[in-house]
Formats: sequence, structure tokens, C-alpha cells
Amino acid sequence: MTLLGGLALWVACLLGLWGALTGLLGASRGRADLIASSRHAVFALCGTLLAAVVALEVALFRHDFNVEYVAAYTSRNLPTFYTWSALYAGQKGSLLFWATVLSLFAAIAQVVTAPRHRVYLPYVGAITCLVVTFFVSVMLFGGANPFERLAYTPLDGRGLNPQLQNPGMVFHPPMLYLGYISITIPFAFAMAALLSRRLDVDWLVAIRKWTLLSWLFLSVGICLGMWWAYVELGWGGYWAWDPVENASFLPWLTMTAFLHSVMIQEKRGMLKKWNLLLIIGSWLLSIFGTFLTRSGVIASVHSFTQSNVGYFFLGFLAIAGTLSFWVYARRLPALTAESTLESIVSREASFLFNNLLLVGIAFSILFGTLYPILSELVTGTKVTIGPPAFNLVNIPLGLALLLLTGIGPLIAWRRSSLPNLRRQFAAPITSGVMVLLVLLIAGMRDPYPIVAISLGAFVLGTVVQEFVRGVSARHRQYSEGWWLAFGRLIARNRRRYGGYIVHVGIVVLFVAFAGMAFKTETQATLRPGESATLKSPYGWTYTFTHLGISQYDALNRQVTAATVEVSREGRRIGVLTTEKRQHVDSRGQATFQPSTEVGIKSDLREDLYIVLAGVVNGTEQAVYRFTINPLVWWVWYGGLIVALGGLVVMWPGGGAPAVRRAQAGYAVKLVANDAG
Amino acid sequence: MKAGAKFVLGAAVIVGSVSYLMATGIKQTGQYFLTPSELSQKIATDPTFYDVGMKVGAHVVPGSVTRDVASQTLQFRITDGSATYPVVYHGLPPDTFNDSVEVVVEGRLQPDGVIRATDVLAKCGSRYEAVPKA
Repeated sequence: MTLLGGLALWVACLLGLWGALTGLLGASRGRADLIASSRHAVFALCGTLLAAVVALEVALFRHDFNVEYVAAYTSRNLPTFYTWSALYAGQKGSLLFWATVLSLFAAIAQVVTAPRHRVYLPYVGAITCLVVTFFVSVMLFGGANPFERLAYTPLDGRGLNPQLQNPGMVFHPPMLYLGYISITIPFAFAMAALLSRRLDVDWLVAIRKWTLLSWLFLSVGICLGMWWAYVELGWGGYWAWDPVENASFLPWLTMTAFLHSVMIQEKRGMLKKWNLLLIIGSWLLSIFGTFLTRSGVIASVHSFTQSNVGYFFLGFLAIAGTLSFWVYARRLPALTAESTLESIVSREASFLFNNLLLVGIAFSILFGTLYPILSELVTGTKVTIGPPAFNLVNIPLGLALLLLTGIGPLIAWRRSSLPNLRRQFAAPITSGVMVLLVLLIAGMRDPYPIVAISLGAFVLGTVVQEFVRGVSARHRQYSEGWWLAFGRLIARNRRRYGGYIVHVGIVVLFVAFAGMAFKTETQATLRPGESATLKSPYGWTYTFTHLGISQYDALNRQVTAATVEVSREGRRIGVLTTEKRQHVDSRGQATFQPSTEVGIKSDLREDLYIVLAGVVNGTEQAVYRFTINPLVWWVWYGGLIVALGGLVVMWPGGGAPAVRRAQAGYAVKLVANDAG
Repeated sequence: MKAGAKFVLGAAVIVGSVSYLMATGIKQTGQYFLTPSELSQKIATDPTFYDVGMKVGAHVVPGSVTRDVASQTLQFRITDGSATYPVVYHGLPPDTFNDSVEVVVEGRLQPDGVIRATDVLAKCGSRYEAVPKA
């Protein structure tokens, strides 16, 4: 099977080159035969790479430890679930995964693109083929061939790192990869639009679903990453401004900016240059993220295998960046705006500011992440900046963004009149101010959390007002029942109301982040029966009583478990267990360093987070860290709401969008006239 | 004032505050990242460099680790081959910490030549791969 897999890689490399060449030539010369051949190459490429993936999975499941990759990432006693996901546990496998998924997306793009956008397809095929070829050649020429065999056959593999043996880790990397990878399709369309000089709004319509898809994957991937870090790494938080986390956040920010600014181009024909820049930039950031994670140029907890693969990516980044910006620069004269900004109090202006903030945040994070390298280049001494600096910059910027999230939907396109503003802002501002007063009366004094939660109420007020007005308009106009009107309102204006749902999710996330300002923790060394106390930010006193230590063997690990009884204000609320695990291979020998299993008890208000730091040799005396993290569940729920909103926007089907939009527009206008 | 000009003004405010915040963040929390030999050079040329927050990246000297679980004290030495510093750390070391890893120690060098660590990060060359069998 590895022979087949290795062969498939070579075939894929050639197919990719052929597809790129014929696509570019066919499109520029107008040769239908070459274009058809390029299209077939895309499908063949996808089939070949899928065969390679199957070959690698078969080797993994057969425990073919003669294959270096199989021996490095699996073992006989590894649960099946993780054997399956070992496909992308290591660098070589992830490269194959990446190339395969990209070729799959490329093939899907060839099939699902609407007939009126077919003109872009030869270029899209060519560009996707080029990117796939790059990934395949890293495997072939960068010493990262997953099918490489060893000179001998080990009896057992090394097994998968225990920190990766977590359900979150099975889904987090592929989700992020899918996000990164799917940005290539909008990028390919953008380049196709530039190369074919068809720079009207058509290419934006063609990539609408793709940009949403990659944004959705990135959002879910980032949230799963936070969840994994929280339950598995045991440091008590979910975001540490680690370079690799930052690398995944950067394209998310620029894609979010794009999803907003694209509406301005569709409605008003402005920002053509900016939108192209955002797409090209997002794609380059996705490649940059891979470079950062794979090269080890910046110290990170994610330091994967450090290898020269990173420099392949750096080279690719330089070449691809230069080429794209060169093409972009040559087309600049064709990218003039069709209208100008009429008033600063307009939807356009609020989106522009939103874009500036998002890109500003992205830029500051990029700068901060690269600062160790930059400072060494300039001054000769490496200076690192930590989470406090990122928080210092990003909390105020994030809050400004939250404010705009509430303002944007309230302001009309082009310009807003004063009476109109008064009517739109009254309710949302009232709700924000009321929450602010409640917080102040409740005794909260920390400025950032207060501002975050009050702004959240303001945004929520905006969203609720939009829904109420939309529903009552339908109720009056079509005599629909309230629920039916609500359902149809969303179904018929998915982009708008799905977007509002995303905004609700963002509010929930901000409230959750604000909650982390009130985190408290303590460490204690306890004998059985002894207890430690910790006061929660809500004023309750928690008592943690150490019950004892137990040691036992499980499937592929030796477990040392410590049990704690938890009571709140003297009343017992449950028992929590935290473990130290020493993973072993099938012969019982230790593999990897011991890992910690956190004990977590969550409710909507707060999480109790218990870590076993160690056991004093030969006794039942245990060292614990007890942490109370307020509002952590809100992060996961917020992420879910964001994903749900994204799905609503993306959901396919339903009549002609133009008609639906016109209808909805009328409905809203009628209401506006009634009330005005 | 035209809308365009107002927008430029707003943009300038945003760009200005981003830069200002970044500059402040770096100034307030920037820390030197040094190797032990760089640190000893610094100390030789600038004796006021004691008790300054910094990070030192180095290898743990094999066999130098002593742990006291009960008081959560960790003592070890770090080296880059030419300079060596003892480290004292109160707290929980990461799971991946042992006497053969590369570490990043965050802390302050005391006048007695000991680094008082506020944080210890273990950095395996290949964190997500198994330790090579001895």
C-alpha cells in the first residue's frame, strides 16, 4: 500500500503541474480543449490524493510499523479513534491531509460553481492545482514523505502523544486546516478575476459561500482549540496569545473584515481594491500560519517538529505573495470605486471603521507575534512580549469593535437622518445603560468587564429590535403567526438575520472573556481529610477536601487519581477527580512524560478547575491547584451560537435571492414609512 | 467637512490608538529573551541588570533537578554549554519538564547569582512526538 501511496504522490505532482499549465494556457488563449483537460486534471488530482490517504490509513490500521510515520504516531494499544486521526497527528500526514482536502475543494468548486461564473473556472483550477502541487512537492522533496519506510521494523510504534489523545484534538486540527485550506478557493477566484479582467461584482458572488465556509471552519476550529487547551493543558485558561493561536486568529480577523466589507462592494461598488487585498492577505496569512507552526522560528508551546519544511513555506510565501501583488498592482487602474462615501453617519462608514479595527487588531497581533524576531534583527537582542501586552492592546480595540457591532445595523446605507437615528438608537442604548446601572449597583467596579457587559447589552438590544421589527412587519403585512413570521424572517433573509445570530454569539463570547477577569486560584498540599478553601467571585466559599489517592492501570496508561470532595458554603455539591497519567506501550514501558487530567465541574456561572500537581513520594499527600473560572461555559455556548449563525447564513436553497431580498427590503421600508 | 475627510480623521484616530497601545504594551511588558552566555555578558557590562524581568532559554543540566513536592519547590541548573545558572522555582512545573529538556525560564537574576523563576516552560524540540527511546 505504501508503494501505491508513494506512487500516487508522484502522479499527483505531475497532474497538478499539467492542470496548472493547461488551465492557464487554455484560459488565456481561449482553447476549449486545454480548458477541458485542466478540469479533468483537477478531478484526477483529487482521486489520486484520496487514494494516497486511503493507503496511509490502511498502513495505520494494519500497524505497519515499517512505515516511519505509522511507527512514530501510533502503537498497538492506541484506541481506534486516535489511530484514525493519526492521519493528521504528524507533519507529514497533515501535509497529505492538506493537499487532499484542497484538491477535494478544488474539484467541488469545479462542479458547484454556477454556470454564469464558469468563466473563472480555468484560472481557479490552475491556481488550486499550483497550490496542491506545492504541498505535494514539500512531501516529495522536503523530506516529508509519509510513506517513507524504515530500514527495520519496530515491534511497536511510539504511540500518540497523550495530550493529543483527547476528542477535542481529533476535531480541532482538521477544522482549522479546513478553514485554512478553504481560503484558497476564494483566493483562486480573486486571482481568476484579476487575470481574466472580469472585476465586476460577479466573482464576489461566486465566492460568497466559500468565504463563509472558511470563516465558519476557522471559528469552530479556534473554539475547539480553546476547549482542548482548557480541558487538556491544565493551566486554567483557554487563550494564551501563543504564536500558533495567533496564527489561526489572524486569517479569522481578515476574513471577518471581508465578510462585512464585501457588502459595501455589492451594494455601492466601493472598496474593490480593499476587498481583493483582504482575500489575498487572508490566504497569505493562512500559509504564514503554517510556516509559523512548522518552522519553529518562534518559541511556542506548539513547537511541532522543527524541520526545513518551514523554509519551503517561507519560500512559497515569498513567491506567491510577490506574484499575487504584482498581478494585483497591474489591475489597479481597473479597480476604481463607483461611488463615494456620502456621510460619516452611514452603514458604509461603520463598516469601514469595523474593517479598520479588525485589520488593526490583526496587524498588532502579527507585529506582537513577530516582535522577538524583529527586535533581534534591529537591536541584536531578542525581546519577547507576553499576554499582558496583547491584552493591553486588544481589549480596548475589541470593545470598540463590540460598540460598532451594535451601531452598524442601526444606521442606514448612504446617510441617516437625525429623527431616524433617534428612533433606531433609543431602545438599544436604554438596554445598555440599564445593564450598566445594574452592574454598578451590584458593586462591580472593574472598568473593562463593566464596559464589555454593558456594550454586550447594547448589541443585544440592537439585534432584538431588528428581530422584533422584522417579525411584526411580517405579522402585519402577511398576517402570519408570530413564530411563522419569525421563522420566515430568518429563512428569507438568511444573510442578514444569520449575521445577527452571529453577533449574539460574539456578545456571549465577550461576556465570557469579561468573566475571566474574576478568575481566582490557590495551591495547597493536603493530607487525606485536610481541606483548602477558595472564595468565588460570587461571594461563595468553596471547600475542597482531599479524600485520597488511588493508582490503577488502564488501556494504555498507568493512572494516579486524586479525589476531592467539594462543598459550597458548607453544603456538599459533589466529588471531583484529577489524574496524572503515565502512558505506556504494549510492553508496559513508559512513553512520553506524564500528563495531567484536569477535574472540571461546570455550570453557567463558574467552573471549578482542579489540577493534581503531584503526590509526595510514598504518601497519600497530594499537591493541588484549585481554580475558579467564571463564565467559561459561555465561551463554548458563544462559539456554538456563532457557528449556528454561520450555518444559517450558509444554508443553501430557497427561491431567487434577488427576489427575496427585494421583498424583505420592501417590508422593512413599509414599516419605516408607517412609523415615520 | 466632507464625509471622506471625517473618515480619514476617524481612521487616523484608530491607527494612532493601535500604534500607541502597541508601543505601550511593548514598553511595559517586553522582556529580554537571552541565553545564559548572553546573560553573563550583560551582567559583566551592566551590573544594574540584576532583578530585571527576563526570559532565559537553555537546556536543563541533566541530574541537577531536585524537587520538593510538599513545598512545591523546584531547583535546577540551566546551561547553554558555556554559562550555567542555578534556578529556583516555586510552583507547578509543566508535565513535560524533566532534566533533559530545553526550558524557557521567566524570572529575575538575583545578586547571589540565582535566577528566581516566576514561570518555567518546557520546550521539547518536538513536543508532539514521543521521547526517543534510550
